[in-house]
Amino acid sequence: MSMQSIEELQAALAQQRYVADRGLATSLYLALKLGRPLLLEGEAGVGKTEVAKALAAALETELIRLQCYEGLDVAHAVYEWNYPRQLLEIRLMEAEGRVDREAAAHELFRPEFLIRRPLLQAIEHEGRPPVLLIDELDRADEEFEGYLLEMLSEFQITVPELGTIRAAAPPVVVLTSNRTRELHDALKRRCLFHWIDYPDHAKELAILQARAPEAPRRLAEQVAAFVQELRKVDLYKKTGISESLDWIAALVALDRQELDAETVDETLGLVLKNQEDVEAIRGERARGILNRALAGGVRSAG
Amino acid sequence: MLELVEIGRREDFYNTLRALLVQRVEDLALFDQAFRAFWRAPRGERTQVDLRALGEERKFGKPKVERESLRAEPALTGREGLPASETVEVRTYSAHESLRRKDFAKLSEEELQQARKLVEQLRWAPGFRRSRRWRAGIGRRPDLRRTLRAALRSHGETLAIPTRGRKLVSRPIVLLCDISGSMERYARMLLQFVHSISEGFHKVEAFVFATRLTRITLQLRKSRMDRALSVASLVPDWSGGTRIGDALRTFHLDWARRTLVGGPVVLLISDGWDRGDPQTLRREMARLQRSCHRLIWLNPLLGSPEYEPLTRACRRRCLMWTTFCRSTT
Repeated sequence: MSMQSIEELQAALAQQRYVADRGLATSLYLALKLGRPLLLEGEAGVGKTEVAKALAAALETELIRLQCYEGLDVAHAVYEWNYPRQLLEIRLMEAEGRVDREAAAHELFRPEFLIRRPLLQAIEHEGRPPVLLIDELDRADEEFEGYLLEMLSEFQITVPELGTIRAAAPPVVVLTSNRTRELHDALKRRCLFHWIDYPDHAKELAILQARAPEAPRRLAEQVAAFVQELRKVDLYKKTGISESLDWIAALVALDRQELDAETVDETLGLVLKNQEDVEAIRGERARGILNRALAGGVRSAG
Repeated sequence: MLELVEIGRREDFYNTLRALLVQRVEDLALFDQAFRAFWRAPRGERTQVDLRALGEERKFGKPKVERESLRAEPALTGREGLPASETVEVRTYSAHESLRRKDFAKLSEEELQQARKLVEQLRWAPGFRRSRRWRAGIGRRPDLRRTLRAALRSHGETLAIPTRGRKLVSRPIVLLCDISGSMERYARMLLQFVHSISEGFHKVEAFVFATRLTRITLQLRKSRMDRALSVASLVPDWSGGTRIGDALRTFHLDWARRTLVGGPVVLLISDGWDRGDPQTLRREMARLQRSCHRLIWLNPLLGSPEYEPLTRACRRRCLMWTTFCRSTT
């Protein structure tokens, strides 16, 4: 499925229950049209990974995900030879007395001994170009970034024993970063960049309603207003959208129709993921925030 | 590329340009400003700050558009609840003064020069950490890749099993340096120390604080010390009072997630004269200690043998104490 306009893409994402503002939709649309990777940065839990999932679903294509971590190397990101199988094979060949070095190398490095990791999968993918999600790139080290740079500019991977594998149709690449460190400028130059901010009240409400349609509207409004107020407070870890979604799901499960001080105190652990933050907010301050949120709700309703 | 979006719609034009031109979130504000300047309704005196003028400046030097304010990155922008810097009288705590004879404060100009040279030569290694990355030839885990290669060379016979192990990497350093009134006499020397440390390692983050916290990592990358020392002029509360707890809290809220990665060693340089709330200080110190590999408190007052950590801030915790003065004077 190819997108002809920003509006079409926005609508397709909305169908996947992903609320993308115009800015994000524009960046995604351009990434698709220009065939450039899109780098998404933002605080944890603002929906960076979800973008890629929703995009893959909207484009009706496969999502290939590479979760980054420290020490991620070619063997886990791109390909690895299946050494145990190869060692077995070489023992067999030896037993049969047919180990000729040239031939053996040829036999042992056949594609069926190759373990394909996400990047190679994305390059070799047949049919509609997949969405390649390289998640939390800031967790990987700089060496890996350097490798990625090469791959993203050529969309080809060289396996010395097999030759160069080129992508028939380059994948749609989405990179995410939580900014625990600054990514290299050279990599950023290759990418389009979009910063996903915490949503405003209207967007948060739209997201809550799209993702938790079973929640009463009044509750969704109150949750959105409460979280908006909560983000104004200095916290070690601010509440992301994923937390507000968890929270509303929990409130629905508890069969709550509205927020009240008691419920907030009981379920605060879903909204704040840091013990110091929970302690600081629970009780008096939570009540204050709730009152402000409810007052704001009345104002906007009136 | 602009033909892909409708150029007539300003919002799309804006989003497109932003996605293409901006690569760092810090630059978003600058971009917005330039964008507004470009679209501003024409007025008589339009040549004052128009875009071409910005471009010219860029050619000959760094752009000046509000950038200055970003440079020292005051970590407190827009944050409420903390007081602005306050001026306090410089207290020398003269009761202790006579006891600290070999103090920077008492050094002659010549001795200061010497001390500075010594500090410049100072090198310090914060230790290593096992990274997750493999390296051939070390450690004890079998390296199947090379085992296979070797077997191929010996006609399929595995004669030896090469090994691999985890690589060691140098730990990053995070420096938090007190530059309040009571530390003023040491502050310049400390900055020299901070600068010489940061030259040896590439992963050094540096902050200074008195009542508020300021990041000076970028200034320290400048190669010349006197220029790096000009950070003093960018720091709003140079030689103000100290609120270690509040400064640490700001550090945790705004910077910890970006700087306390990879098992860092945190160096806190302060004399412990704190005017803030001891509760906050205790909480933030505990948090800091939990979130780094090692927390080292460098206290210049420890240089004198008679000094005892009697202030409430100092007494609060038992950390690893290290002397600074002793090593340099």
